[in-house]
Amino acid sequence: MTTRKTELMVGFFVILTISATLLLAMKVVNQGFSDNESSYTLYAKFDNIGGLKARSAVKVGGVTVGRVESIYLDPEDFNPVVVLSLSQQYNNFPDTSSVAILTSGLLGEQYIGFQPGFAFDDFVTLADGDYIQDTKSALVLEDLIGQFLFSRDSE
Amino acid sequence: MNWVVQVGANTLDTIRSFGRAFLMLTGALIAVPQLKNIRLTLQQIYVVGVQSLLIILVSGLFIGMVMALQGYTILVGYGAEGSLGPMVALSLLRELGPVVTALLFAGRAGSALTAEIGLMKATEQLSSLEMMAVDPLRRVVAPRVWAGIISMPMLAIIFSAIGILGGHLVGVDWLGVDSGSYWSIMQATVDWNKDVVNGIIKSIVFAIVVTWIAIFKGYDAVPTSEGISQATTQTVVYSSLAVLGLDFVLTALMFGIN
Repeated sequence: MTTRKTELMVGFFVILTISATLLLAMKVVNQGFSDNESSYTLYAKFDNIGGLKARSAVKVGGVTVGRVESIYLDPEDFNPVVVLSLSQQYNNFPDTSSVAILTSGLLGEQYIGFQPGFAFDDFVTLADGDYIQDTKSALVLEDLIGQFLFSRDSE
Repeated sequence: MNWVVQVGANTLDTIRSFGRAFLMLTGALIAVPQLKNIRLTLQQIYVVGVQSLLIILVSGLFIGMVMALQGYTILVGYGAEGSLGPMVALSLLRELGPVVTALLFAGRAGSALTAEIGLMKATEQLSSLEMMAVDPLRRVVAPRVWAGIISMPMLAIIFSAIGILGGHLVGVDWLGVDSGSYWSIMQATVDWNKDVVNGIIKSIVFAIVVTWIAIFKGYDAVPTSEGISQATTQTVVYSSLAVLGLDFVLTALMFGIN
């Protein structure tokens, strides 16, 4: 008697839940660069990483190609090392490429700007585990002001 | 000396009721699920889940709308109204979805469960079941416990989704936030494991606690009309307090230390 109606309504309930989950999964959640996508790892050593955090974006000309996997301090020379996880889709960057820590907007969060180097005839591509040699550290406001004052003093 | 006796008696009473609650839950859940019990669970999901759908949908929609309205008036002062999407989505997925759903569930379904089981006890239906060699824990309690645990996370997901749509309705359609930035900044900020899955885990914990309290209060009620009314009140009060307290603990565990 009421069982059929009950089952129908419970069916609607389940379908509503599934569609709500799909809405969350498709429209709300960050699906740009998921962790299970095949990726390769590069390392970059900076003097100062500013406000860079794990999961910050790695961008080439504004296109996100990867994320910061982790950040740690090199125990020997005390420089921060940033571990970058880049999508396998973009795996032919020359080894003359450079990275810089940039800020999106005036108050935005920091990300890694990846500048591909020139591709000569016999260029070597960056492979899994390579270190990027050419790095530019984050700008720290206090350092900038300090340099400015110093250069004014020396004039 | 008398008040020491009183303290001791109260402590023992509390411990005994925890023990009874635990025995009731294990007795209900450690039973082997039977096919006909799945039918009963389905029936209870209808009562507990589907019939709570209206209040969840309406309050989810309005909470999302209010958050968009309040968030907009503050964010627009900083020229950051594009961040309305992540603000609405994160507060719904992490906190408001699970918590408000649990509070509404305690009021809408928990009190009904307590009253139903309490009245069954008062009219000796539970004893009659035992007389007929039917275990009331399996026949009456277990389907309700499972229905609660299954329904509440589903309701919380629906709550969050409809809230985000409500925020879109007010923020984008009425106040003129750019639709593209509403969704894209939300997507850049919200993380599946960190935000959505943690919200669902919270909601499962709340579901277990609220259903457990509701059913135990009914099962343990003094079998008089006064006792049932007291048990129903206690269900709502205790489960609301438990949800709000546990929410702080869970938030600290999930998002606090990073």
